[in-house]
Order: sequence, then structure tokens, then C-alpha cells
Amino acid sequence: MAELQFREALRAAMVEEMERDERVFLMGEEVAEYNGAYKVSEGMLDRFGPKRVIDTPISENGFAGLGIGAAMMGLRPIIEFMTWNFSFVAFDQIISNAAKMRYMSGGQLKVPIVFRGGNGGAGQLGATHSNSVEPFYANVPGLKVVAPSNPDDAKGLLKSAIRDDDPVLFLESELMFGLRGEVSDAEDYTIPIGEARIAREGDDLTIVAHSKSYWLAMTAAEELAKQGYEATIIDPRTIRPFPFDPVVESVKKTGRLVVVDESQPFAGIAAEVAFHVHHRCFDDLDAPVARVTAKDTPAPYAKNLIEAWMPTVDEVIAAAKKVLYVN
Amino acid sequence: MAIPVEMPKMSDTMEEGVLVAWLADEGDQVSAGDVIAQVETDKATMDLEVYDDGVLLKRVVPQGASVPIGGLIAVLGKEGESADEVLTKYGAGGAGGDGATEAAPPAEPVRQPGQDPGAAADTPSNADKNEGATVPTAGEAVPNASRVAEPSNVSSGDGAPAPAPEPAPAGEGVDRIKASPLARRMAQERGVDLARLRGSGPEGRIVKRDVEAALGGAAPSAAPQEAPTPRPAPAPRPPVPAPGATGDDYTSVPLSQMRKTIARRLSQSKFSAPHFYLTAEVDMERAVELRDRLNEGAEARGRAKVSFNDLVTKVCAVALRLHPAVNSSWLEEQGEIRRHHHVHVAVAVAMEEGLVTPVVRDADRKGLAEIAAETRDLAERARARKLDPSEWEGSTFTTSNLGMFGIHEFTAIINPPNACILAIGAIRDVPVVKGGQVVPGKRMTITLSCDHRAVDGATGAAFLADVRRFLEEPVLMLL
Repeated sequence: MAELQFREALRAAMVEEMERDERVFLMGEEVAEYNGAYKVSEGMLDRFGPKRVIDTPISENGFAGLGIGAAMMGLRPIIEFMTWNFSFVAFDQIISNAAKMRYMSGGQLKVPIVFRGGNGGAGQLGATHSNSVEPFYANVPGLKVVAPSNPDDAKGLLKSAIRDDDPVLFLESELMFGLRGEVSDAEDYTIPIGEARIAREGDDLTIVAHSKSYWLAMTAAEELAKQGYEATIIDPRTIRPFPFDPVVESVKKTGRLVVVDESQPFAGIAAEVAFHVHHRCFDDLDAPVARVTAKDTPAPYAKNLIEAWMPTVDEVIAAAKKVLYVN
Repeated sequence: MAIPVEMPKMSDTMEEGVLVAWLADEGDQVSAGDVIAQVETDKATMDLEVYDDGVLLKRVVPQGASVPIGGLIAVLGKEGESADEVLTKYGAGGAGGDGATEAAPPAEPVRQPGQDPGAAADTPSNADKNEGATVPTAGEAVPNASRVAEPSNVSSGDGAPAPAPEPAPAGEGVDRIKASPLARRMAQERGVDLARLRGSGPEGRIVKRDVEAALGGAAPSAAPQEAPTPRPAPAPRPPVPAPGATGDDYTSVPLSQMRKTIARRLSQSKFSAPHFYLTAEVDMERAVELRDRLNEGAEARGRAKVSFNDLVTKVCAVALRLHPAVNSSWLEEQGEIRRHHHVHVAVAVAMEEGLVTPVVRDADRKGLAEIAAETRDLAERARARKLDPSEWEGSTFTTSNLGMFGIHEFTAIINPPNACILAIGAIRDVPVVKGGQVVPGKRMTITLSCDHRAVDGATGAAFLADVRRFLEEPVLMLL
């Protein structure tokens, strides 16, 4: 096991896949000469040259479409968005072309493309640069959405994403690029898309949390354990297709669920998970499902307000106590 | 929208209140602070004030109904405004419902307004077994054991869900039992009658722990040897008797809020706190002398007479100051033993239907005259049910005295969250040996019950030794 930063794990995945398959290439703003806005692609230009590590103008709609076209014609592009906030100008390409082309061509075309970049709030970045895009994209049949919480999952899942024959949206986090963690040394290490990881086991309640929120849940679980309540924590890792089965199995044992999800609450991921659990675990629930999400407003800029807007450990603990019926 | 009036939490141990009297009629104009009803809590009968101005649109519950904290009691609003929106929000059955608090799904058994919730319908499968029997026969399912003899509303044993039993009195509503899906399933699987449970969740929702408690609590009384001769079940069930009716050979006494609280809290104490007991005999000769001298001319000066109990209160307070480990609480949920900085000594006061334990605060810093006056005032108001909840909350130690009944010694159950309680017996005239001679002496036996989780044997004994020392030589308290 090697300890890698999240960004190094992503790079290792891309490098391995580019060495394995010459159809794979990386394209995006600042990915080549500047070594990546967040240094994810550091050294890759030198290694693979400018035909496979390609700087683009600031034109997301253009290079997203370019990538989709390349994928339809047999290449396997990795498109980096500096952050997912900028994917909105390429929304039509992703929704109308990447997601639908296989369906609309009756399977004659496929779109094996990965879009990746930082997602979610990352401090005082203001309303337009703090979006969590999970609900937007996970709403669309034809897309896969992956959001790992740690370097090991990031590497294994990104390799699977690059090999997938359908478009995969890979959600990272600006706040997690420096996160260190053990990464498997196994040769050609892949983790299947759509499989959850049970990070912690406890009998008293279940907490589902992905990406950054996973760490809030883990911290909250430690505090809850001190107070005598043991939580099972499930990191779904993939948002679409969502691994509902392990969540359902766990809730059948614990009878209580908290979903932590940094995206907005309305029609969000937490709402979707809550629906499935209410539907499949109705007779096992001792309390209504609780969720902890961003607040239902645009992200504020002021430090105190953005802190209040983001989900917090205290909110996770409070939600857990609510479903446990303790004060 | 109209304004809901909910059952407030009037004491720290209250879980539900009985609306004993309506003091306002529908249509009455009320202002914030007006008393619209009286509510019997577990400890006292208290006034229910409204917080808003308006017209009393609806009295949602009838007199005598038991309402959980947060349950809807009444609806206020503007003249002519409809209460339906509030009633719907609280599931109180809309315009037709005038009875109890909540609306019911059709298949649920129905409660009579004013009837103890514990007396609601049986599940059909065992409805015919319970008639009049206080204890189930051997081999019957455990949950049945918790059923005491109460008039049942179930009208038939034919296995069909009971329909509404009697022609409903005018304005009767229907009760819906709120339970979590898990609690509902567990109850069905284990044969627990949800109508007999009190929910500890929001708005009285029955949750898993309530069903578990019912299952756990029912077990002990299932002892088969206590089974009485089973009665034959009468074929067509006679009309449902009124609540609290007298049967052939028993009288049903409805449980008051105070009775329920005593049962719950003392069971919790005795079953969760491992009690051990320390008994000491105290030479009361000097204490008797002291009391006589203190009380000389007390009445003439308008002072309350000091009782032996007051003296024990003072002695305990001084000794508690010296033994902080005894002046403590085992707090399971917080995972700590809390040592209290104040010495608040509660004194058990017997009442007609139970007891309360009003608190003499900072008793270590009060003189005997002050303790005497305060204790007398608290006891009188306790018997008149005029205590404010704040006056029986927050004790750090409790004493209980049955000396006036001639009891020599007894053991008391700890008053949670105290760590200890002192049981005080009568002062007896006994022959004692002094200087080789048998002479008349005065002796009193005291017994300390300790929660072993917080207080060990030696700790309790050292405290009790100081209590005895101060009673035998009261002047030592001056040090």
C-alpha cells in the first residue's frame, strides 16, 4: 500500500489507463502546460506529449462536445472541468448528446467518455462556484455519476470509469485533492461502479454519506460512539446507479437512517435515498429518515454564512439523535 | 391560520397531563395569560394559560382526557374562523371530532373519551381471554401478563377487529394510535397491544423502545404459579361497564398521573440502580435536649418549631458538604458521575394519593429555623397540591421519615437522580448501658440506601458515620 494524495491517485489512474490504452487522452483547461489547475495532471504532458494531453480555450461547451464526438468515433476521452460549476455551459452537450446518443442511435453509437473535476462547496467561492452537481446529472438516464471520498476509491473508480462504455461523470473536490490515504498497490486496481463501501458498522443507526460529507459522518459517528450510539456508515461511492441494496439491508437492521449530502435538499440525492428506504424498509423504520444537506438558498459568500450553509458535524449528530429519539 | 393550544410540559417528569376541567367555553373571547383549563400533571393540578389573544374556537379534548405533551388541547382563532386546518394538521379528526386527541384508521380499536388509555381494546385474538383476570393462566403469552383487570371495549371474540363499541356519545372522536412502522410490526409479531402503550416519541409516537419496555416490563408478573382459577369467558359480552367500575370481587382504581410517575420512576430506580443498604443506630439523647432548648419560646417569637426531621435535614446537609461523593448523580447517558456543588435536600411528603419530594435548597447554608419554616411551608403546599414543579426538582439527596408511624427502621428506594436516600425511623426509649448501669436512653435507627454505581460501601459508611456523629453531638456541626 502506498500513501497517495487524492490528486496523485487520480493521476495514477489516468496514467495507467493511458499506458494501457492508446485511445485514452486528457483534455481541458490548463491540464497540459500548467500541469493542471489543481496539479492533478502534473507531468502528464511530458510523459504523453501534446497529442494526448491537450490544453483547451475557456470553452466548455466546445471541448465537451469535441470529447463526445471523439468518443462516438472510438476514442476514450477524459475531459477535465476546472470545477463542475463550469460544466453548466456544456450542459446541453452532456445531457442531450453524451447521455442520449447510445439510446437514440439504437446502440449503434456509444459514448465512452469521462468528465471529471472538483465539485461542491470549497470555502468562500460565492454562489456560482459552490454548486454540488449530483442531483442535476444523476437525474439523467444514460449518465453514470461517481463521487469517491478517498484516494483508494478515487483510483479504482476512475480506472473503471475510463473503461466504461458509457459517459461517466466523476465528481472530485477542491478541498480533498490534498487528502492523503492508502491506495492499493494491486496491479490494475479497479473498483466496480455502483458498489458501496461499508466504512463502519454499528447497530444503532445507519448514515449514508459520500465524498466530503463522508468525513462529516465519520467524525459525527466517533462522537456518537462516545455517547453510546454506534453508527453504520455507508459510502455509496457511486451516485448513479445508486447502490440501494446495502443501505436497505443496513436499515432493516438499525431501523434508522440519516443521509448526509452536500447538494441542495430539494429533489436531491438525500431525498432519493429517503424515498427508496421509506419504500423498501417501511416496516423496519422506527423514525422517519433524516437528512443533512446544504441549505435551500444560493451559497452565501460571507464566511459565517457559508459555514452555516454547509452541512456540519453538529448537524449530523443532531440528525442522528433525532432518529434515535434522544436529546 | 387558527392557533393550536398544545399540552405543555409542566414538570421535568411529566409525559402527559389529564385535562381535569375546562374553564372556558367555545366561543369565549380569551387574552394571552387567561386560564382556560386545569391540567393534572404527575405532581400537581396546574392552570393552563393561553399565549395568544382570540376566540376559543374548539375544545378538542373532553374533560378527563389524558393528553401527551405536545398533543392538541384546543384551537384559538379569530371570530368565525375555522379550526379545521389545525385539527387536520394534528390529525384530530376535522369538524366532526370532538372527542379525544387524534383521528383513527378504521381498523383500530376505539377509545372512550375520558377512559384511561390503558383500558383500550384488546387485540381480537386474545380479547376473550382477559375478562376480569388479573394474571394470565400459565402458558399464555407474556405480553398478556401486563394486562390488569380493566373494562375492555372489545365487543366480540370472533376474531374480527372490534368495531366502535358503544354508540358514541355526542361529539366523541376517534383515537388513532401513532406508532413507528417498526414498533407496529414488533407489536404485531410479539402480541403487544399498542393501545396499552404510552409513546415516548414526538407527539406521543410509540417507538421501538416503548414496545421493548412493554415486553421487558411484562415478564416478571408472568409467573405461572400466581395464576388464579381461570374464569369461563362469558359468551355474549355484557355491556361495557363504566371506567373504574367495581366488579364482583375487586374495585378498579384508575391510575392518577402521580401514581404513574411514582411507578415509573421508582421502578426505574430500583431496577437500574444497584441498591445497597447501611444501617446505623444513633444515640438521640443530645439531639432531644437540643431540640427542646431550641423550641423554647419558639411560638412566642413566631418561629416554626424545629422537628427532628429538620434536624436530620440539617445534619445530612452538613455531612453532604463533607462527602461530595454522596452528593452526586450517576448519569448514564452523559457517561459521568456528577458531583453537585449545591446541597439540595429533598424531604418525602406523603399525600393522599402518593407522595412528593419538595426540596430544601442549599440546606447546608440554612439555619434550623429557616429549614423548619421552609419544610413546613413546602409540606403544607404539597398536600394541597399547590407546589410549583420547580419546588420538587433539582434535589441532590432525599430523606424519608416514617418515624411518626412508629416504624423503627426501613429501607427506601433512591429518588433518581440522587445517589442516596436516608430512611429515618422513630426515636425509641430503650434501656442502655451507661457507666455499668442500665439507664433509660433514646435511640433512632437510620438506613442509607446507596446507588452502588456512584457510591461504594466505604464511601456511604463514612458519610453515615458523620451523620450519626452530628446527631449524637450536634455541637460538632458548628466546626
